[in-house]
Amino acid sequence: MTDLGPLIPRNRDAHPPAYDTGYKTSVSRSPSWPLLSMESTPSEETGPRFGHSQLGEYDNNLIVNWTRGKELAVGERILVHGRVLDEMGRPVPHTLVEIWQANAGGRYRHKKDVYFAPLDPNFGGCGRTITDENGYYEFLTVRPGAYPWMNRGNDWRPMHIHFSIFGHSFGQRLITQMYFEGDPLIKHCPIIATIKDPKQIEGLVAALDFSHSRPMDFLAYKFDIVLRGRRQTRFENKLEGM
Amino acid sequence: MVQKLDTLVETASQTAGPYVHIGCMPTYAGNAGAYDVETGAEGPALEGAKGEVIEITGEVLDGMGWALRDVMLECWQADAAGIYPHEEGADPKVTGFARIGADFDTGKFTLRTIKPGAVAARGGGKQAPHISLWLTARGINIGLQTRVYFEDEDNAEDPLLNRIEQAPRRQTLIAKKTGDGTYTFNIVLQGEGETVFLDL
Repeated sequence: MTDLGPLIPRNRDAHPPAYDTGYKTSVSRSPSWPLLSMESTPSEETGPRFGHSQLGEYDNNLIVNWTRGKELAVGERILVHGRVLDEMGRPVPHTLVEIWQANAGGRYRHKKDVYFAPLDPNFGGCGRTITDENGYYEFLTVRPGAYPWMNRGNDWRPMHIHFSIFGHSFGQRLITQMYFEGDPLIKHCPIIATIKDPKQIEGLVAALDFSHSRPMDFLAYKFDIVLRGRRQTRFENKLEGM
Repeated sequence: MVQKLDTLVETASQTAGPYVHIGCMPTYAGNAGAYDVETGAEGPALEGAKGEVIEITGEVLDGMGWALRDVMLECWQADAAGIYPHEEGADPKVTGFARIGADFDTGKFTLRTIKPGAVAARGGGKQAPHISLWLTARGINIGLQTRVYFEDEDNAEDPLLNRIEQAPRRQTLIAKKTGDGTYTFNIVLQGEGETVFLDL
């Protein structure tokens, strides 16, 4: 294995700030002091690894995984697929990708969700997979519904799927949300609006992808994810000033 | 104009929201059995791991001093010899990783593990024993990174602690010993006693 350098420092302008009054809960949950920045250490450059042995047969198929294949979930059948890359454009192979989402009516299977829309007895709403050697992943699921939430008087979340990605080091840890091309709620969402760079918002909107759709079966959406990279130069381990 | 860089920009973070447990800790969300093996559920140190067994309890407090009931913590640590999992010579009984939810009623969390050894610093030297934490919850737009150090270890030479200009703030990263192998560590998101959060 090549001697890897430190993680590329996070460009914080690519991310939402901690404090944003439009997203009310962030007001009391955001640090007011600046973050302490320094070069990454082995504590951030190493990270947990997860193997296929932990995964079940249906883990990346949310249409069947709650019933283990006995019944099918209700909703618009979709394939969500893409690649996990790092900032240098290299694929991130063999990394765990986890998703969770509401059902087709916008209801989550969580003991704290009390929205009127009913649960689907055949839908759990969680899935996971490990990227292949090219950093590729795919999930089969149903398109989640929009749902209301207590923020401003009439706020509704766009349709979205939550994504959690590990990468190969703990400092690459990322949780984000995927949205759907053309959803009119995207431009009204205070959580999306926490991101100030419009290009970074576009990066969270999955494209409708007929090339991976299966006729008479499911539509596809493509969602690529970029994680932090590591700096690699020939000068990496030279002493200061050398 | 100048040449184009061939680098990509990291995907923007978004809050994990109130239902993060569905995807990351199904049993905690009330969905036991969703997976046969849940990620991070077995804890950072399995039965038979070398080292001192310790228990860290605490709360994650918002700017009003209210404990978050919906936070998820992840921890990452080295084994008792200071070697990270998958590195040469690492203790096979140490996974190093765990996910912990705060109690829905009280907001208290508990981490049971073994005390890590001092780990290498970049370019030589050692970092004092510590556990890396990553916090995510509703209202947190990008995961918050911090560390737990220990009151009964020698923290004087730790490069990160020494980087904190205001010496009293270093204390926010140091777990207080409450008994034999037990510590408390509260995380204050905002306000008086605010925990130092990291960008590494």
